[in-house]
Amino acid sequence: MVHEHSSDPSTATVNRLSVRNIRKKFGSLEVLRGISLEADDGDVISILGSSGSGKSTFLRCINLLEIADEGEIWVDGEHINMVKKHGKNMPASSKQVDHIRAELGMVFQSFNLWSHMTILQNVIEGPVHVLKRPRAECIAEAEALLEKVGIAEKRHAYPAHLSGGQQQRAAIARALAMRPKVMLFDEPTSALDPELVGEVLRVMRALAEEGMTMLVVTHEMNFARDVSNRVVFMREGQIDCTGAPPEMFSGESSPAFRQFIGNFRG
Amino acid sequence: MWLIEVLGFGQKGWGGLLIAGAVMTLCVTIVALLIGAVVGTLVAWAKLSGGGVLRTLGNAYTTVFRGVPELLIIYLVYFGGSGAVTAIGRYLGYEGFLGLPSFAAGALAVGIISGAYQAEVYRGAFLAIPKGELEAAEAIGMHRGLRFRRIIAPQVLRFAIPGIGNVWQLSLKDSALVSVTGLADLMRTSQVAAGSTRQYFLFFIAGGCLYLILTSLSDRLFTRAERRANRSMPSSFGQA
Repeated sequence: MVHEHSSDPSTATVNRLSVRNIRKKFGSLEVLRGISLEADDGDVISILGSSGSGKSTFLRCINLLEIADEGEIWVDGEHINMVKKHGKNMPASSKQVDHIRAELGMVFQSFNLWSHMTILQNVIEGPVHVLKRPRAECIAEAEALLEKVGIAEKRHAYPAHLSGGQQQRAAIARALAMRPKVMLFDEPTSALDPELVGEVLRVMRALAEEGMTMLVVTHEMNFARDVSNRVVFMREGQIDCTGAPPEMFSGESSPAFRQFIGNFRG
Repeated sequence: MWLIEVLGFGQKGWGGLLIAGAVMTLCVTIVALLIGAVVGTLVAWAKLSGGGVLRTLGNAYTTVFRGVPELLIIYLVYFGGSGAVTAIGRYLGYEGFLGLPSFAAGALAVGIISGAYQAEVYRGAFLAIPKGELEAAEAIGMHRGLRFRRIIAPQVLRFAIPGIGNVWQLSLKDSALVSVTGLADLMRTSQVAAGSTRQYFLFFIAGGCLYLILTSLSDRLFTRAERRANRSMPSSFGQA
């Protein structure tokens, strides 16, 4: 089954991101059981849930690091075309996959900076080699980005010589250098020492205030409550409840979510 | 006085020939290493990313050529190859024996063996690249070729340098076996010099010293390359 390019039919304005009924199985384990989500321009959506609830898998399905078994994805109005090959769902065009991924900035839990390149080289790699933009222009922009995330003085250092917080900020700069339509954060502070979490969250908060569209898988309750405009609580591969932070955190949510945040308060 | 005459570069001296032999050994080894690099890359790729058939072939290659004596491979390539060339010559109407050039046969044989060892080195080096870095390359929209060129190849080279240094030294010593085909390499020249002067002890020691000079110089080169490649590693490793 091949889907033609088509924009999301149900809405007049184009969503930055639209996901419809994503399902994913690993073997016999059903990790995602029909997830739908829309993100408008400037939305900051925190995705919460206990480990194993499928939130990271969901994020990875969006930029096709995992291929969902079922479901539809639109990025900035562009539908990702899928085909069935030997009964398995596959992207129809690897060109489109690369193009979609270039529009989605991904920040990983373990930073994943390229260890053989300096910080500056990491940041300009995508713009120069994927987007094929002029090198000098990319360097100027990368230096401005590194300034913004507060590690300009580390631009000629290698990742291994930076702290975790600095590496994660560099990874955010690397993703931003692609001028993404949506930023995806996969537990960006979970691998950090507690005293380094703040510096990364500050950068993310600044991004949110600039109007960047963000999906953030996180365990940082304060970030979810104070920075995001929507909270999604996932449980057993489904969206258990979703809403604006004030309602969600004031007790008008599901019993499962109240129990979940109860655990965080100790 | 006599020693200088025999080992020197004068009319009765073997010095010039020994140096020429050492250069020949170096050339055979370099060509063999390059052949091995191509073979090794292909075999490593087959073992890592190929389907069932390719993977089996790759495994068979590394098992056979690491498991069989080097001398046998050299005989196989030299005499087997010459036999094949002769048969083709006869088919085309040429009577008589056609030999493979001993340099080509030797370099090919040592290259085939070196390829089996290099394949394992490259495979290990690829597996040493953190998975997340490959994922980050995918996530930024790099296509296959770009990922290989920008992320995989440089890191495989970095992780492979110590292993390649080892393979180089093995190949350098394996190349001595090529002397059985009559190639005037360092081994063969030492042997001829020893035989014709009856100074066995002297010339085999001289040959051994030249081998040691070759290996220790190249060892130093690899150490320097390793240190350079490890600039980006945490300071406890390679930051001199």
